[in-house]
Amino acid sequence: MSAGIHTTSPTVSENATESTFLEIDDRNRAIPAIEFRDVVLAFDERVVLDNLSFKVMKGETKIILGGSGGGKSTVIKLVLGLLKPDSGQVLVDGEDITHHTEAQMMSVRKKIGMVFQEGALFDSLSVYDNVAYRLHEQGVSEDEVEPEVRRMLRFVNLEDAIDKMPIELSGGMRRRVGIARALIGDPKIVLFDEPTAGLDPPTARTICELAMKLRDLEDVSSIFVTHEMNNLHYICSEYAVVDEDGKVVFEREGERLCLINSKVMMMKQGKIIFSGTDEALRHSEDAYIQRFLRGH
Amino acid sequence: MNFATRGLLELQESVLLAARAFRGIFKRPRYIPETIAQMDAIGVGSLTIIILTGFFTGGVLTVQTFPTLKNYGAQSQTCYLVAVSLVRELGPVLCALMVTGRVGSAISAELGSMVVSQQIDAMRALGTDPIRKLVAPRMFALLVSLPLLTVLADVLGIFGGWVTAVALYSVSSSVFISSVRDGITTDDLIGGIVKPLVFSLIIGTVACRQGLSTEGGTVGVGRSTTRAVVMASIIVIIADYFLAKALQVILGTT
Repeated sequence: MSAGIHTTSPTVSENATESTFLEIDDRNRAIPAIEFRDVVLAFDERVVLDNLSFKVMKGETKIILGGSGGGKSTVIKLVLGLLKPDSGQVLVDGEDITHHTEAQMMSVRKKIGMVFQEGALFDSLSVYDNVAYRLHEQGVSEDEVEPEVRRMLRFVNLEDAIDKMPIELSGGMRRRVGIARALIGDPKIVLFDEPTAGLDPPTARTICELAMKLRDLEDVSSIFVTHEMNNLHYICSEYAVVDEDGKVVFEREGERLCLINSKVMMMKQGKIIFSGTDEALRHSEDAYIQRFLRGH
Repeated sequence: MNFATRGLLELQESVLLAARAFRGIFKRPRYIPETIAQMDAIGVGSLTIIILTGFFTGGVLTVQTFPTLKNYGAQSQTCYLVAVSLVRELGPVLCALMVTGRVGSAISAELGSMVVSQQIDAMRALGTDPIRKLVAPRMFALLVSLPLLTVLADVLGIFGGWVTAVALYSVSSSVFISSVRDGITTDDLIGGIVKPLVFSLIIGTVACRQGLSTEGGTVGVGRSTTRAVVMASIIVIIADYFLAKALQVILGTT
């Protein structure tokens, strides 16, 4: 009995009880939330992903940068099983989903929240029904659905819009409702597909803050696809903490703390041309990266 | 990819879609509210055009056939001809074409818009199979509604023929009614029900397939809607020819 417990429970080092970061010794955390192994995908003659390999660890945010048509959104579609690779492997939470059927993918997708570029809200459903969609599909009773929907809408600061229809919302509000819908059921993996595209800077900042809250307060692993440098700046240099009054505040990393849970990956024509920290990216001598960072 | 390969691929995808939707009708989860909403939109929503189409088709058939048959002294056969033409051919085909125009285009445009606004991807990402949620209720609604609408079109067509025959050509009501009653056989009625069942499968599959394979933004939605209506209309007419012959053979009326 005890042997069984030893083999299934996380191994904890001798001095771990004194450690503030017990989870560091959690063996499950060594399993990447998302892993691509030599993934190749082509549409007809055009190679979209060329031998792509990378990992997103638990609690980590991977920012995927790159120009349009570089294969960024395709990566997200592969994680969700909306597309299948021609070769290579895609693993979600250690599970190889490469050859999963649509029915098998349905259970994998329950672990994943997805935020689409334009929100992709269902036009015919109210904000409440959009956010509650996953729970309604699972047959959860209305008594449990409503508090959960309100909690999620509070998280994105949109509880007042609960009865509105998507057509009545601004672009930024639609994205936030999209985030609330993605987060219902508390998925441990969230995928953002250019969530700030076309938004004004303050609204884009709000979306980034939500991503940071998920990363720092909810221990969510995420892929954040973007081509906007502001997003990179916010997510890689700030973190969310709860202050003494119970409010969420955002602080900048500095001498006291250096963020290690955000990594950057840059793609060009289906290949990874950079993978590392934002500091390393800024010091890269690659001409394309420098042009991308400068914006011209 | 050449034209023939593309055609075969399209056929394969359409058959697979129809099969998956058909399976979805019988398997859980069942989307009963969606199915009822679709039956309302497709069936109840099409009532007006079907009533008008049926009534005036029956009327115009009488207007065209009575004077012609009168030349041969066979004007008494007008009622029989109108009824049989409607039940065997015009009712099912015209009904299917009207539903294709009204419902097929709407299904294709709705699903196409959902594709280009990533709502279909969102649905899959949220763990829902769009074929079960969107295609199966529409197919089922069409399978139930189109035969009923066809029966209604037949009845109203005969009514239109009766009104025209009595009002314009002074045909006696009792002659008209007995001629219709004696003229229409059980085989005609079976054919009149089998055809709309097949047509509803064609309309549903083509409209859903075209909608779900939409590419290229709002322009693509327009393109797939047009394609859905044109393809479904042509396939309905071609299928009608083969169905008519097949039913003759099966029912032994050759």
